[in-house]
Amino acid sequence: MSDSDALLPESGPAPAAQAAPVRQGMWSTGTGDTSGYGGVRRTVEWPAPATAPYGSWFDDALARLSGLVNDAFYKVVVDHGELTVYVARERIVEVMANLRDDAHLRFEFCASVSGVHYPDELGSELHVVYHLQSMTHNRRIRIETTCAETDPHVPSVVATYPAADWHERETWDMFGIIFDGHPHLTRILMPDDWAGHPQRKDYPLGGIPIEYKGAVVPPVDSRRSY
Amino acid sequence: MKETTDFYASSSDDVAEGAVYTAMGGGDWADIAAEQAERGDETLVINMGPQHPSTHGVLRLMVECNGETVTSIRPGIGFLHTGIEKNMEYRSWTQGTTFVTRMDYVAPIFNEVAYCLAVERLLGIEDKIPQRANDIRVLMMELCRIASHLVAVGTGGMEIGALTVMTIGFREREMILDFFEAVTGLRMNHAYIRPGGVANDLPETGIAQLRDVINWLDKHLPEYAAFCNENPIFKGRMCGIGYQDLSACFALGVTGPVLRSAGYGWDLRKQQPYCGYETYDFDVITWDTCDAYGRFRVRLDEMWESLKIVKQCADRLEASTGEPVMIDDPKIAWPAQLALGPDGQGNSNEHIKHIMGESMEALIHHFKLVTEGFRVPAGQAYVPIEGPKGELACHVVSDGGTHPYRVHMRDPGFNHLQSVPIQCEGGMLADIVVAIGSLDPVMGGVDR
Repeated sequence: MSDSDALLPESGPAPAAQAAPVRQGMWSTGTGDTSGYGGVRRTVEWPAPATAPYGSWFDDALARLSGLVNDAFYKVVVDHGELTVYVARERIVEVMANLRDDAHLRFEFCASVSGVHYPDELGSELHVVYHLQSMTHNRRIRIETTCAETDPHVPSVVATYPAADWHERETWDMFGIIFDGHPHLTRILMPDDWAGHPQRKDYPLGGIPIEYKGAVVPPVDSRRSY
Repeated sequence: MKETTDFYASSSDDVAEGAVYTAMGGGDWADIAAEQAERGDETLVINMGPQHPSTHGVLRLMVECNGETVTSIRPGIGFLHTGIEKNMEYRSWTQGTTFVTRMDYVAPIFNEVAYCLAVERLLGIEDKIPQRANDIRVLMMELCRIASHLVAVGTGGMEIGALTVMTIGFREREMILDFFEAVTGLRMNHAYIRPGGVANDLPETGIAQLRDVINWLDKHLPEYAAFCNENPIFKGRMCGIGYQDLSACFALGVTGPVLRSAGYGWDLRKQQPYCGYETYDFDVITWDTCDAYGRFRVRLDEMWESLKIVKQCADRLEASTGEPVMIDDPKIAWPAQLALGPDGQGNSNEHIKHIMGESMEALIHHFKLVTEGFRVPAGQAYVPIEGPKGELACHVVSDGGTHPYRVHMRDPGFNHLQSVPIQCEGGMLADIVVAIGSLDPVMGGVDR
C-alpha cells in the first residue's frame, strides 16, 4: 500500500469532471440537422463541484466532518439534492469511521458499495461509490473515492461497516478493485476461475450476429451508438 | 476384454503414488479426510444447493455440522448472475426497464419504479410526473408487495410442511397477476413503469377488475392468520428461529420486514416518501421478537396495510379517469399511445395512422425517440424505495448519452443473505430453511 500511494494523485484534480468530455454521434439534438450525417460533437458537462454554502443540512455536516478528519475530502458535489463527497482513498477508513461514530453525523447504515469505471479519467479510472444512510437524522450521503487502473487498491471499510463485505467482493469481482484489509476478497458473482472484470468499460459485452430472414442483426455492443 | 481405464488418473508414467482426487481449489481429498479424522469429532460438511428446492432459487449453502447443530454456514451466490447491469449499458434508457424488471422477478414493479425514479431525478422531471401516473405506480407497487409477501409466506410455509399456505398463497397471487396481465399485458416482467410515467393507462374494465381483486383479498387474507398465527406446529418451527437483533440488522445492512421484526419501524414510504406515499393513510408494522415468526407476522399485517393503500388508489384512479399517465414532454414521453392489443402490448391504431399517413415529422420523431432514445444529463442519482424485502435502490450514472453509463441495483436480498451465518450458526440444520425463508431472498435480484 505504501509504494502504491505514490501513484495516487494528491487530492486528485477533480476526477469526475473529465470522464467523457466529448461525445460524437450521427444524430443531433437541438440543431436543425436531421440528415444523420452531421457528425455531431457534444461536450459532456458533469455536475460542477459545489462551493459553500451547499444548502440544506450539508453545510453543518461537512463542517463537522471537516473538523473531525481535517480536510480528508477534496471535492464536494451537490446535484439533484444529493450530496457527494470525494475522499482521498488513504483517508477512506478514517472518514467512514467518523461518519458512523460521530453523534452529529451518525451514518450508521451502509446501504451500498459499488464501482464505476471512467476509462478517460487518467490516473483515477476506477471509482468506488459508497451510499450511507443515517437513520438517526434521516439523511443520505454519497462518498466517492478513486484509484488508478494500474494500482487498483482501496482500503476496505468492512471493519466499520460489516454490510460492505459482499458489496466490496462484488466490486472486486466486477471492477477489479482490490480492497486492502478485506477479510475474504474473492469473486462473488462470477466463477472463481473467471478471467477479467466484466463491468469495466473495456470488457466486451459479447454476443454474436443473428441472421433473420436474410438480414443480419449485429450483436448489441457493435450496433450503432448515438 | 478391454482394459479398464481410470480416466481420472494421469496417463503418463510419472504418476503420483495413489490416486489423486482433486477438490475445488486444488485440495487433496486424502488430506481433507485425514484432517477430519484428526479432529475426531462428528463434523459433517454438507453442500446444500444450489439446486435445493428450499434455498429459494439457486442459493448454495456450505454447511458444517456437529451432529445436527450448525457450526458454520457460508452462502455462495452468483449462480443466477446474468449481467443485467452490464447489458443495460448498451440499451436505451427506456429499454432499461425491460432489464431491471427481471432482477427480482417476484417484485418486478419495484425494480422498475426504483430505476425510473432514478432516471427521472437525473432528468429533473420528478415534479412533472402526472398525478395519475403516480397513483398507478403506487397501486401496482402495493399489489406487487402483497404478491411478493404471499410468495414469501407461502413458500416459507411450504418449506416447513404447511403446504396449504403455499397453495392458497399462490391462488391469491394469481388474482393479482391476472390484474397485472390485464393492465400491462404480462403476468411478470412487465416493463410497465417507464421514465416519465407508465406505459399505458388502465384498461376500461380495470377499476372493476381491481375491485374484484380487493374483494377477493378482503375475503381470503384472513385465512393466513387463521391457519398459522396460533398453529402450534407453525409456531414451534418459527418462534425463536433466525434470531437477529437490531444492532445486527444495522451492521449487516438489513432492512424491510426483517428490520421491522426487530422492533424498528423504519419504512422508506414514511421516512423518505416518493410517488406521493405521504398522502396515503397506512401504518408501519413492527414486531418485537427478532425471529422468523415475527417476520411472518410483519408480512401478514403489511399485506393488510398494502390493501388499505390499494383501496385508496382505486378511489383516486376512479376519480381521475382519463387524465394523462405519461409526462407532457414529447422529448421524453414515448410518442405512441400504447394500448393493449390482442397479442399483448402494441401501438394504438390511431397513432400508426398518424405517423404513417399524416405527418412526416411525427414519423421522424417517433423513429428517433424509439431507436435513439432520449438523452439524460450527466450526473448520478441514488434512489431508494421500500421494496417488499427492504431497501431497494438504484444507483444510476449518466454521461449525457442515450444509454445508461452505469446502473447498479442495491437489492435487499443481497444484504440479507450476508446475515445467514449470524442467524443459523449454533442452530439446528433443519432451521436453516426457516431462517432463509424468513429473509425472503430472490436470487434473480441477489445475483442480477
